[in-house]
Amino acid sequence: MVTFQFVPYQDIETLTSAKRINKLMNIVKSDRIVIMEGRLRKEEEADLIEITMEEIGSRFRGIELSVIYPDKTKLDALQKLRGMFASFLLGNRQGLTIIGPASIVKRIEKDPDKIELFTKDTVNLPRNRSKRKNK
Amino acid sequence: MVKTFFRRFFRRVNPFSKRSNMKVGLYGPPNGGKSTLANRICLDWLGEEMSSVSHISHETREIKIKEQVTIKNKKGKELMFSLVDTPGIATRIDYEEFLRKGIKKTEAKKRAKEATKGVIDAIKWLDNMDFVVVVLDATKDPYSQVNITIIGNLQARNIPVLIAANKIDLNKANMDAIKAAFPQYGIVGISAKYGKNIEDFYENLFKLVK
Repeated sequence: MVTFQFVPYQDIETLTSAKRINKLMNIVKSDRIVIMEGRLRKEEEADLIEITMEEIGSRFRGIELSVIYPDKTKLDALQKLRGMFASFLLGNRQGLTIIGPASIVKRIEKDPDKIELFTKDTVNLPRNRSKRKNK
Repeated sequence: MVKTFFRRFFRRVNPFSKRSNMKVGLYGPPNGGKSTLANRICLDWLGEEMSSVSHISHETREIKIKEQVTIKNKKGKELMFSLVDTPGIATRIDYEEFLRKGIKKTEAKKRAKEATKGVIDAIKWLDNMDFVVVVLDATKDPYSQVNITIIGNLQARNIPVLIAANKIDLNKANMDAIKAAFPQYGIVGISAKYGKNIEDFYENLFKLVK
């Protein structure tokens, strides 16, 4: 069984970078997959990798991380302006961040608007076989 | 970060600052070919190799620096810099993967521990870089979050970036995918192992630094 935990933006918006990362790490270290509304700042993503490396040991092997974010180059000027205004008022809630423990999530592939998450049990299944199963 | 920005800014605008103090970093995920490229540059211009390479990931586990590397472009202009080869940045390190590659348990655990420290050092060293070459494996998915995080952090730190799409000698290499993933950056396809397109790489490096 795989457990996903949703983290809404309002749960992290007032936290400092260190507390945000700590909150996410605590969820991942309890073998749950984080689905977070919005994304971390670029520097926070680097900090998350650093802290992950510090935490790696016999039980914790690291994380798999992926972010889906709207492609801003496809937006027109009005959409960009609206997005900036909304981000100013409500914070940057755009996008979705997925963080899973490496012991459960084998890899995450992005294409770039689609995310495929391969868990330890599904990773060796041929794709056409799993498709046939769904029919 | 503000301190780093000003340090880098004054170094660039100060006519008395030594250009030879410039640091060009090689960054990227493990097994992209950073050390192979470092060796290619050092062999081409210094006549000696810089780092050991291996098909097993995390072969480079500490920062390596080669000072006073001087390269020349087609017009005969020289460029001197310190070349910094960094450990591959990853989000997971599992010693059992080293076991599967035939490394003994004690050595695998040691390698994993050193690799985690190497990743931390590589990230900390970002602030010391003046220019960065991101070395990606052209046969792999360019949308990996590690690639995006590295390039995003360089952009946030205002560090000029050149992307070297390595391993173009392999059939699976997909330059179009890398260009589509990072359209706003200079990208040069190379084979560091065989020296393919390496002249183009040096020209692009000149353009980046000048």
